[in-house]
Amino acid sequence: MLVGVLVHLALLLAFAPLMTGVINRTKAVFAGRRGAPLLQPYWDLGRLWRKGFVFSRTTTWVFLIGPVVGLVVPVLASLLLPFGALAAPVTFEGDLILFVYLLGLGRFFTVLAALDTGSSFEGMGAAREVTFSCLAEPTVFFAFVVLARLADRLSLNAMLGPHLATSWDTTGASLGLITVCLFVVLLAENSRIPFDDPNTHLELTMIHEVMVLDHSGPALGMILYGAALKLMVLGAIVVRLALPLETGWGWLDALVFLGGLLALAVLIGVIESTMARLRLTRIPQILIGTTLVTIFAVVLVLR
Amino acid sequence: MMLLLIGAILLMACAGVPALLIRRLPGGGEGIFTFLLLGGVGLGLAGVVGGLLGAGPDRIDLSWGVPGGGLLLCFDTLSALFMLPMLLVVGAGGLYGLGYRPHHRFPRNGRRFRFFFGLCGAALLLLLVSRNSLLFLTAWEMMALSGFFLVTTDDCLAESRRAGYLYIVATHTGSLALFGMFALLGRGDLLLRFPATGSLAAGGPAGIVFALGLFGFGLKAGLMPLHVWLPSAHAAAPSHASALLSGVMLKVGIYGLVRLISFYADVPAWWGWTLLGMGVVSGVAGVVQALAQHDIKRLLAYHSVENIGIIAIGLGLAVLGRAVGYSTMVVFGLGGALLHVVNHGMFKSLLFLSAGSVVHGVGSREIEKCGGLLKRQPWTAFYFLVGAVAICGLPPLNGFVSEWLIFMAAFAAGHSQGSGIALTVLAAPALALIGALALACFVKVFGIVFLGTPRSEAATQAHEAAASMRFGMGPLALACIWIGLVPVSIAPLLRRATLDWFPALADSTSPYPSLVDGMRPLIWLSISGVALILLTAVAAGWLGRRSREAPRDLPTWGCGFACPPPQAQYSASSFADGLVSRFALARRPDRAPDRAVFPLPERFSSHLPDFVFDRVLLPVWRVAACSFGWFRVILQNGVTASYLSYMALTLLVLLVLFGRK
Repeated sequence: MLVGVLVHLALLLAFAPLMTGVINRTKAVFAGRRGAPLLQPYWDLGRLWRKGFVFSRTTTWVFLIGPVVGLVVPVLASLLLPFGALAAPVTFEGDLILFVYLLGLGRFFTVLAALDTGSSFEGMGAAREVTFSCLAEPTVFFAFVVLARLADRLSLNAMLGPHLATSWDTTGASLGLITVCLFVVLLAENSRIPFDDPNTHLELTMIHEVMVLDHSGPALGMILYGAALKLMVLGAIVVRLALPLETGWGWLDALVFLGGLLALAVLIGVIESTMARLRLTRIPQILIGTTLVTIFAVVLVLR
Repeated sequence: MMLLLIGAILLMACAGVPALLIRRLPGGGEGIFTFLLLGGVGLGLAGVVGGLLGAGPDRIDLSWGVPGGGLLLCFDTLSALFMLPMLLVVGAGGLYGLGYRPHHRFPRNGRRFRFFFGLCGAALLLLLVSRNSLLFLTAWEMMALSGFFLVTTDDCLAESRRAGYLYIVATHTGSLALFGMFALLGRGDLLLRFPATGSLAAGGPAGIVFALGLFGFGLKAGLMPLHVWLPSAHAAAPSHASALLSGVMLKVGIYGLVRLISFYADVPAWWGWTLLGMGVVSGVAGVVQALAQHDIKRLLAYHSVENIGIIAIGLGLAVLGRAVGYSTMVVFGLGGALLHVVNHGMFKSLLFLSAGSVVHGVGSREIEKCGGLLKRQPWTAFYFLVGAVAICGLPPLNGFVSEWLIFMAAFAAGHSQGSGIALTVLAAPALALIGALALACFVKVFGIVFLGTPRSEAATQAHEAAASMRFGMGPLALACIWIGLVPVSIAPLLRRATLDWFPALADSTSPYPSLVDGMRPLIWLSISGVALILLTAVAAGWLGRRSREAPRDLPTWGCGFACPPPQAQYSASSFADGLVSRFALARRPDRAPDRAVFPLPERFSSHLPDFVFDRVLLPVWRVAACSFGWFRVILQNGVTASYLSYMALTLLVLLVLFGRK
């Protein structure tokens, strides 16, 4: 188990920022630019690591807890997930609930850290963040209901197990629906276009970026790193669903999984390049629509 | 051991008496009161622990002058699970009261309040051990009436009087249903001992008994359409009384339902579906109502409706599990519901007490007047944060453990084929939605009250809670952390209570995880909780050390605008508006209309009326009151002689109809 934990953590910690690099490179290619190097997110993190802090006089210790929890939570949550065909190092019946609620804990403290500044802009971002995630949460559980029923188990490792390859033949419609819906949730939770624009420059329209306006130095680095980890953790579910391959060789499985993640990053980049972001009032409608679509998937497996 | 419990009941009931008898006691007798109350709590805890260890007899059966049944007091693990949080909350409340309402600041009603506080605790304890209908109903009325006096403590305020009036009407409507229920249960004879567990068949009047019980107990518990009295009563009472009412007294309704269902050998599935449905409605509607509140205690009261909904979901799943023979659903559903009863008692009382400390410091229940209190009330803020994380069901605290169990119950039937029971998995997304909304709500409260900059002069002057108040909150916070990190320690209790409720479980053969196996993942919850805390502490410690030298006296980034007024911060209403307007459907908050093209001085207020009370009951009652006006004028005319003549006429008619032939 210890080896499994180390492999998981090594993959997660080393690979996650690369996904951000790939997304940015894809967007640059679409825009006709050369773009930043693929490894730019690593250099950014390194530079932030060496910088100092600046604090607002309004802030308290809550302001520093936010980035810490935001970093710790995806690390712990990743241990419950299989990375492709690599089994999850920690697995027990009911760990899917722990997974979702851990991410909830991360959100709780990230949002509190934003409110700690007393800025109305960060309040706006915080309100949007909790509103949209409230609407996304049932979708995740509907998807898990489908997966739990197919696997007849309640651990993520078993639900995302090798049976998925055959399940695509028998219940392809349900799996297709929930894969798409989980991808939509991934875009919303990670503040990507069409829900939020990570590159926007107007505080009034931001969601995630506006919440971290006042962070600086290593704390900001933790936030960026945590966001990259969260993207990889949620992406791991989507990749596993869409690509349930098992070769039997550990290193090849890992390569397939990482390849899947890179493809996912390219896909996100393509979406960000070809879509405009939605009006804020439209986002809840999309998220509620996604929930309703997952209900169809549940009905298909419950009938 | 039973004697210890009886001693505890007597001590708590008498704790406020010396002050009433001897007016000259220093400090209005609050020292003696606290001493006696804590003594009673200590005796009670010793009794419960002794009972759980199996020391001494667990029943007392005395003959009683009242015809129909002996005075039967019994102790079992099911009762013990309700007693433990109750005793803890009564003790914490007594200690907290020393600092919150010291006698020299409230000389007028302090004695009365303390007497009824102790009496309420005694009645609750008596109710949980009594196994005789009449004794149960007596304790029930004692509890309900002392609750009324707790709610109307500040009877100089119109708000308190209204809340108390609504409370007493609601609680007596519920009592009426309970009298009917016990009469039917005893086949016309009210004075009976409780039937043995699993001794009644589901046929005959069982359906009506359950419906009456659901109404009477549900009214006390505050299940959604029956919650109308709850928000105003819990907001009006002093904070430690709110903690007692909300953390403990609501649960007595749940206790009644659980006990009632345990009498039956087999239960119909519709009981479970009804409980499940009401639970989901209470959960979602309660938390949406809570989101829209600006009054911190009213907000917490609506969260009680939400949490009672979560408990009802667990109980409903357990009943359904019994109806269709899925032992997994019973184990997880009832275990989760009972643990949530304990947990809600802990974290809701903690929240009410720390909210009381905010009210004490700022002098207002309005959260829009607070802000930045974390710097002035660090302890209160810490306790509130513990309660908030727990009530949102987030790891690593206790709320997560009970919600985890209920989630497991919801998922348990997911693999059954071809029957409607598989639809219970839909409770899982509903619970997830409730949890996410609760998170939004508590982020809002903590952020607006404790973070940012003070929004009023009073908030800048706020002071930290007195030492006795902090001591009162400590044990509750410790219990939240303990149950969250070491849930294995309470699992045996849940197991025994489940067997008390459904003894047939011990010999049922089920292909699904048994009683012991099912709880095994709890150890993983402990490990992940400890890992979470350790990692966070290490990283936060490092970050804190690294940032020690950093400049801290700079303004928040405001897009170039250096010093915005505190009112420019995001307010509680604006924070919640996106969600409230989405979920409240056609029932949007009342808004002042925009009148002119050019902006005039304008007032704006937003307020979400209660779905049931303001939208349904009040209009109906208004019509009823109008149409019964003639009744008041002609029949109820205020002349005693005419009332006496009504009685005489009624008696004569009865004599003619039913008199001895």
